[in-house]
Amino acid sequence: MADAGMLRFHVPEPEVRPGGAPDFSNVTIAGAGSVPRPEISVDPRTIRDMAFSIIRVLNRNGEAVGPWAGLLSSDELLEGLRHMMTLRTFDARMQMAQRQGKTSFYMQHLGEEAVSCAFRKALAPGDMNFPTYRQAGLLIADGYPMVTMMNQIYSNEADPLKGRQLPIMYSSKEHGFFSISGNLATQYIQAVGWAMASAISNDSKIAAAWIGDGSTAESDFHSALVFASTYKAPVVLNVVNNQWAISTFQGIARGGSGTFAARGLGFGIPSLRVDGNDYLAVHAVAKWAAERARGNLGPTLVEYVTYRAGAHSSSDDPSAYRPKTESDAWPLGDPIVRLKNHLIGLGVWSDERHAQAEAEILDTVIAAQKEAESHGTLHAGGKPSTRDMFEGLYAEMPPHLRRQRQQAGV
Amino acid sequence: MPRRTMIEAIRDAMDVSMGRDDKVVVFGEDVGFFGGVFRCTQGLQAKYGKSRCFDAPINESGIVGSAIGMAAYGLKPCVEIQFADYMYPAYDQLTQEAARLRYRSNGDFTCPIVVRMPTGGGIFGGQTHSQSPEALFTHVSGLKTVVPSNPHDAKGLLIAAIEDPDPVIFLEPKRLYNGPFDGHHDRPVTPWSKHELGEVADGHYTVPLGKAAIRRTGSDVTVLAYGTMVYVAEAAAEETGIDAEIIDLRTLLPLDLDTIVASVKKTGRCVVVHEATLTSGFGAELSALVQENCFYHLEAPVARVAGWDTPYPHAQEWDYFPGPARVGRALLETMQA
Repeated sequence: MADAGMLRFHVPEPEVRPGGAPDFSNVTIAGAGSVPRPEISVDPRTIRDMAFSIIRVLNRNGEAVGPWAGLLSSDELLEGLRHMMTLRTFDARMQMAQRQGKTSFYMQHLGEEAVSCAFRKALAPGDMNFPTYRQAGLLIADGYPMVTMMNQIYSNEADPLKGRQLPIMYSSKEHGFFSISGNLATQYIQAVGWAMASAISNDSKIAAAWIGDGSTAESDFHSALVFASTYKAPVVLNVVNNQWAISTFQGIARGGSGTFAARGLGFGIPSLRVDGNDYLAVHAVAKWAAERARGNLGPTLVEYVTYRAGAHSSSDDPSAYRPKTESDAWPLGDPIVRLKNHLIGLGVWSDERHAQAEAEILDTVIAAQKEAESHGTLHAGGKPSTRDMFEGLYAEMPPHLRRQRQQAGV
Repeated sequence: MPRRTMIEAIRDAMDVSMGRDDKVVVFGEDVGFFGGVFRCTQGLQAKYGKSRCFDAPINESGIVGSAIGMAAYGLKPCVEIQFADYMYPAYDQLTQEAARLRYRSNGDFTCPIVVRMPTGGGIFGGQTHSQSPEALFTHVSGLKTVVPSNPHDAKGLLIAAIEDPDPVIFLEPKRLYNGPFDGHHDRPVTPWSKHELGEVADGHYTVPLGKAAIRRTGSDVTVLAYGTMVYVAEAAAEETGIDAEIIDLRTLLPLDLDTIVASVKKTGRCVVVHEATLTSGFGAELSALVQENCFYHLEAPVARVAGWDTPYPHAQEWDYFPGPARVGRALLETMQA
């Protein structure tokens, strides 16, 4: 019988805090190749278990195994590796640029490169992502110019957003990358609306919604799932579970739910869980979900299990709330290392070629950085005009803004 | 010319817009099959199909958030929040997303949505069926805020709002849905069929956003009002015998400052009237603008008549609602100042 005495307040705690030994023994990981690959027309009720397992392709030996393997050619995988390496190098350079005072702020993707880079390759031209601030791989993998990304980060004279937005809040309709907002989860329901519009218009385009583990606690996560479920919207609902929301471990957002994927089940949405550090698995699952959406079969929720290896942002010090070596202990490893080993195993890559590619990518990123910096950085060189501050709020500037612009002397 | 109620005029505006542009979609709670709790969307689903007019889950943030996504795709959603009092769950989407999408993406994405919401009191609606939250929208850069006061304007302004490339908050004074109301709750209400502003032309026409209308010309004092308060001000002028010039602002943002300034410079006096609570209400902005622009022409302090700074009560409806007696008193005091 339950204790009928005083009530006790429950606050979840992570297994380990700074100073402790990292411990992921509570993370249950299915063997690579062990999770079946159902038809996209599967009855969602029959695959509920998939919300509690983890779809994986690459095994410990770097071999691609099981029913989710075999979708990508080695050339496509080499391209994917290059995208992830580019994103990591880009991150490192921009993080350094922030430390050098060339910009005010930056957020890295360290350890999560596979999620956005592999997902992008599962979409078709015209599809629209509604990303958070940690999916720049969608741009890199789609060939968006790095110089333009840097111009935005530097808020310089060539910034496509005219210095109005905080660094990394990119926008590119052309590249299927919806304007990033600082307000968490808002884009999740907007993605569903975009998908509804595509269906209303009898189009063939689909939307992809993005959210982190922490932000699933926001109301708009719930709104999105309700609308996606009600209208069977052609949308892939992505949850990137990197274990951390700034300092808050994922258990605070997840509560008693077994997994974030399991949240989808109550809405009747097929929900999969995938190894977020396995480029092949991410791509295969993304493709499955995208095909379901395109086939008018409705939404899919996908939880990417990964680990935020870097600090939350350039303003964050994770050593204050988690062990410094925790990312080394993460059982799903590093997405770049794992794909690299797979490609070496296939005989199409080598440590030497990898080192050479690293050097080439670094040169490319540095060249892009030089070009961007020729247009200015936050505190030096060319910058957007004060006039740009007043423009573009409305299609046509209303009288009160015209008066204020004149007062500002521009 | 046919006479219509404000409900019929609003419905007609959506009908005309949906007929002209298949990108216009209408949705909200009870908006589809049932035709809306105020009948504003009656028949639209039957005429245009469920893809163009449909019921939504009870989730205001979802309604506005999905509309923003649709607008980013290229549709022109005209959505309904059942009561303005229930817009708060959507406030994040309205203020942080809809209002700023064009600005923050430098025009890469835009948000041509209309969010209709019945507003205002005088109907024994109590705390959550009577609010006038316009100041919470006019304070937000990037939104436009419209409040019609009669069927003719309601149709023309709503069509203009739907065609506008920017997000528009369209506040419909539910007290005016069936007829004008001057605050004399003890008298029978005249239906719109008896009022000349109930004349609503068939087909397409617009009333431009950002343009006020002078409802009564006068030389003693300028009254700045909108929504239900236009008729309250007319009654107050009539009953006090003060020759007030009554301006129906129609659009609060962008505001027709030129019309306001020209009138106050002529009369030298100004009374601002709204149902919303006084402190930090839109009247404060109007009052400040008049002071800044007409200081040397003012012969009296700008007066404000508003709802009291309390939640909207139920039993005390007519003690709260700024009726013709209170507005009349302000007119007299302003004339004597």
